[in-house]
Parts: sequence; structure tokens; C-alpha cells
Amino acid sequence: MNRSDALLAASDSGNHQALTGTLFVLVVLLTVGITFWASRNTKTAADYYAGGRSFSGFQNGFAIGGDYMSAASFLGISGAIALSGYDGFLYSIGFLVAWLVALLLIAELLRNSGRFTMADQLAYRMRQTPVRTAAATSTIVVSIFYLLAQMVGAGALVALLLGVDSAAAKNLTIAGVGVLMIVYVVFGGMKGTTWVQIVKAVLLMFGTILISALVLAKFDFNLSDLLGTAAENSGQGSAFLEPGLKYGVSLTSKIDFVSLGIALVLGTAGLPHILVRFYTVPTAKQARVSVLWAIGIIGTFYLLTLILGFGAAALVTGDAKERVVESGGNLASPLLAEAVGGGSGTTGGAILLALISAVAFATILAVVAGLTLTSASSVAHDLYASVIKKGDVTGEQEVKVARIAAFVIGGVAIALAIPGQSLNVAFLVALAFAVAASANLPALLYNLFWKRFNTRGATWSIYGGLVSAVGLVVFSPVVSGSETALLTDVDFAWFPLQNPGIVSIPFGFLMGWLGTVTSKETESEARFAELQVRSLTGAGAEK
Amino acid sequence: MAEKLTPEVHAAYERIHDSEEFTQLRSNYLRFVVPMTVGFMLWYLLYVVCSNWAPGLMGTQVFGTINVALLFGLLQFVTTFGIAWVYARYSARAMDPIAAGLLEDFEREVGR
Repeated sequence: MNRSDALLAASDSGNHQALTGTLFVLVVLLTVGITFWASRNTKTAADYYAGGRSFSGFQNGFAIGGDYMSAASFLGISGAIALSGYDGFLYSIGFLVAWLVALLLIAELLRNSGRFTMADQLAYRMRQTPVRTAAATSTIVVSIFYLLAQMVGAGALVALLLGVDSAAAKNLTIAGVGVLMIVYVVFGGMKGTTWVQIVKAVLLMFGTILISALVLAKFDFNLSDLLGTAAENSGQGSAFLEPGLKYGVSLTSKIDFVSLGIALVLGTAGLPHILVRFYTVPTAKQARVSVLWAIGIIGTFYLLTLILGFGAAALVTGDAKERVVESGGNLASPLLAEAVGGGSGTTGGAILLALISAVAFATILAVVAGLTLTSASSVAHDLYASVIKKGDVTGEQEVKVARIAAFVIGGVAIALAIPGQSLNVAFLVALAFAVAASANLPALLYNLFWKRFNTRGATWSIYGGLVSAVGLVVFSPVVSGSETALLTDVDFAWFPLQNPGIVSIPFGFLMGWLGTVTSKETESEARFAELQVRSLTGAGAEK
Repeated sequence: MAEKLTPEVHAAYERIHDSEEFTQLRSNYLRFVVPMTVGFMLWYLLYVVCSNWAPGLMGTQVFGTINVALLFGLLQFVTTFGIAWVYARYSARAMDPIAAGLLEDFEREVGR
């Protein structure tokens, strides 16, 4: 039994665990109930992959929020602000500004020119087999990294929240989360997954607004007082409210920060599980409306992470503060909830702690469901139906394969997450964004805006971005050659940065250009006019 | 997708592509999104660069404990919301009516 367990057992005497456990069960029952309700209306391939394209922009805006605001955001960013002060806020800004790329350049055009997966949009004017294989590969790689991040986080988090720290309990949690996500995706398809995400977004916003209001009320709604107290209690003084505590140490860490910033802002619009959300609405206009709602919801949420983070720094003190530090910041929000509810050992504190823990749990479930569905769709629609069967399949067969794929991907994710628990969650998320920005975004943008772009350009940019992003991380201090590396007894690191984006994103664009100009293919050029008309007017778009 | 288009559908796409309305739609779209994208990317990068290399400026206290860094960060939220709002209005005015007209033409022509 380590110190945090001892503290937990002594202070809470198991009261809040029972309540937390009950709320967790309620979240599970609610979401599984939604899934089975949705499964009755899932018949065609369009139902399974795209929720029948029947969601309104307003609903989809919430679902996007639910898909995007992961536990890494909710717990990770507020935790980073609680520990490193202002530097944690930089994540919030990158994650929000990124939505302008999606709004202005991607959402509407993709809705009009694609069908079920990211690859559809590229395959419109390229040779099917190479482009779909490439796009499916990067979809699966990005989704698996992101999935691992969420599941590893879930294991650590639930164990902490329920006050059990045994390896068996963590493994059981990961397996349980994995089984639930398989249930959502296999039975509920996109309809079930979307409703789970909408419910989660509402719960998350409710919880975040409630706790933020309680924090601000403690300071008579004076932000300056809140920040002043946070700076004072952090022991860092005014430096806590300025950039630089975490990333300002050396030139390398500063460049690393720029690299991270670029990957965050360019990665969002290349995340496959975000892209497929644009297919769930009937028109491009509704796709635009969904991003507008998403920007409103996500922006409000990230503004509130500032209150949560600085609130935790100001109000979580004593033993609870030590637990925040031990958890790497992940417990900042839950323990802040306990503090504003009256503190440890009080009924109010126990209720709010349980509530926020349940919100965090719902958050994890909704995100993993979206990721699993996206990978399964790509396996079934791109690899099975197009690459293997050359289009000679029925919608029913595709959906059956998608369900099997969801089962397999869920199993693989469980199998990877259990031994992968030492991986850093924030690193996995940042890597997923870097790969999305390096491999997917160049291909998508070239395809929409560059007439000459062709099959070789598309495959080279996807594989080039993918291999360079992952490869640079392998040779970075994250994997070897530093004290915090994955492998501590070897050193093959020659790339100094932890975030590969500053090199791999330009490289993805460069390879897309190089592949294009060295290929003599002309068919893709001939179909550019069609793609343009289709993407800008919706003529011939999927209904 | 890969499915071959019938000659009529292909002709409809070509005709719309060469029409004056479509040229107008495309130019209205690009005229907004290109400068706006360049603008918000530079504005965001300026923020990232200042966070790294202008600690004096960022640490300047404006009122109470509120410093330039916090206001600059909050301004990024304001500009993001603002650009989204302006784009919603612009696209409804300068893009949607043209796109709707062309879509109607297309559907009449190909008969769906």
C-alpha cells in the first residue's frame, strides 16, 4: 500500500467510493441502454457508418464536443495548469484554434465529397487500392495511439478514483472499458456512438460549469483574486501566471513547444474520428453548423479548464495537494470538486467528487467508442470492400465486417493497453495529433485545392508523414536516452525534440508535392473539376 | 466514388464548373478562407513565439494579477469565436444562395 492509498483510506473511509461506484454503474447502464435503443434503428450501411446522416448540426456539434474533449483534456489540461501554471493553458488554445482549420477548409467540403471514411474523399479522383490502403493505415495508426492514450488513462484514473491501486484492478478496468466500447460500437454503430457522445458532452459541460461556478463563488467572482491565490499557493509567485515554467527551460524545450503548438493546431482537422463526424449530418450547411456549435462548446470548456486548473492550485491544499502531484496532475479536477463541495470527509465533498469522477468516466467511454468505430469503418469500407473485394459487396456484408473489425480492434487495444500502462498519456495524445497533421492533413488539403495532385502524391504524403512522425519519435528522448524514456538502458536517440511535428508536417507536404510532380497520372487532374463542383455545391453528394 | 459517372452527369459537372456562378462561388469562398487562414495561423504563431521568447512582455501585469500572457491567450479565444461568427454570416450571404442555385440546376439536369 503506498502513501496515497493510506491517505485515501484514512480520510474518506470508503464513503465516496461507494457513491462513485454507483454513479459509474449508472453511466454504464445509461450508455448501454442508449446503444441498444439505437441498434434497433441501425439497418443500412449509411446507418451504421454515418448514423443515417440524420443528425442535426446542433446535435452533431455536441457529439463533436463529446468526441473531442477527452479525459486528457478534462483531467490532463486542468492538471497541467494546476502544476505548471500558465503553460498548461497553451494546450487549451491550440486545441481550440485548430477548429478554424476544420471550419474553413475541411468540414463542408469533406461532407460533400466523401461518404463514410476519410479515404472516400481522396479516392474520389485517385486510384482506389493504393490510396485507400494508405488512408486506412494512417487512420488505424492514429486511432490506435489515441485509443491507447485513453485506455491507459482510464486504467490509472479509475483505480485512483476508486481508491484501489493494484495492478489487477487497473487491468480489469482497462478490459472493462474495452468491452464496453466494443458493445457500443458493435451494436450501436454511429447512432449509438453519437448519442453516447452527446450525453457525455452534456454531462461534461454540466460538471465543468458547476465546479467552475463554485470555484469563482469562493473568490466573489474576482478572477484576479483567484489567480493571485493560485500563484501564492503554488509557491512560484507571479512566474506561475506566466509562460515558461514548463517549456521555457532551454532552447530545445522552446522549439519543442513550437513543434507541439503546430501539431495541435493542424492535427485536429486530420483526426479520422473527427472527420467522420461530418458525415452524420444531411448537408454541408449542417456540417458548418455543427462545427460552429462545437467551437462554442469546446471553447467554453477550455476557458473553464483555466478556472479548474488555477482553482485547483488555489484551493486544493495539504494532503489532497500531494495526491494531485503524485497523480501527475490528473486528480486536480476531481479533488478540486471535493474541495469546493466542503472538503474531504464532508457529504458535499463526497458527492461532488463522485459526480466529477463519473463525468470523467463517461468522457473516456465516449471517446474510445468514437475511435473504435472509425477504425472499424475504415477496415470494412476501405480495406475489405474496396481493396480486397474491389467494390463487389453489399452494404450488409460491409457492416458485418465492420462489426467483426470493431471486435478485433477492441481486443487489440485491450491487449496493447495492459502492458502499455507505463506510456505517458499526454505523449500518446500529442503523437496522435502529430501523425494526423503530418500524414492526413497534407493529403486532404492537396486533394481539395491542388488540381495536379494525384495518386502517388497522396500515398507519398500519407506514408511520408506517418513514417517521419512515428520514426522521429522512435529516435527521440521519449523512447531512449533520457531519464524519463521508455527504454532507460539503451540510447539510440539522435532527434532532440519530443514532438516531431515541426519536421514531419513539412515533410508530409513535401512528399505530397514530390510524389505528384514525379507521376504522369492525368486522370486525377481530369476529375478535379467534378470534385470542386461537388465539394462546393453539394451536387451529387451522398444523401 | 470510384463508380464511373454517366456521360450526362459528367456533362452536368463540366457545365456547372464552367459557369459564371460557379466561378463566383469559388472565388467568394477562396477570397474569405485563404486570407483568414493565413491570418489566424500567423496570429496563433505570434502567440506561441511570444510565449517562448518575450517573457517580459507576457509577464507585464495589466490590472491586479491579470497579465499580458493571460489576455493574449483569452484574445485567441475571442478571435476564434469572432472568425467563426463572421464566417457563418459571410457564407450564408455570399456562398449558400449560389451553391443552392447550382445544386438545383444540377439535380434538374441529371434528374434526381
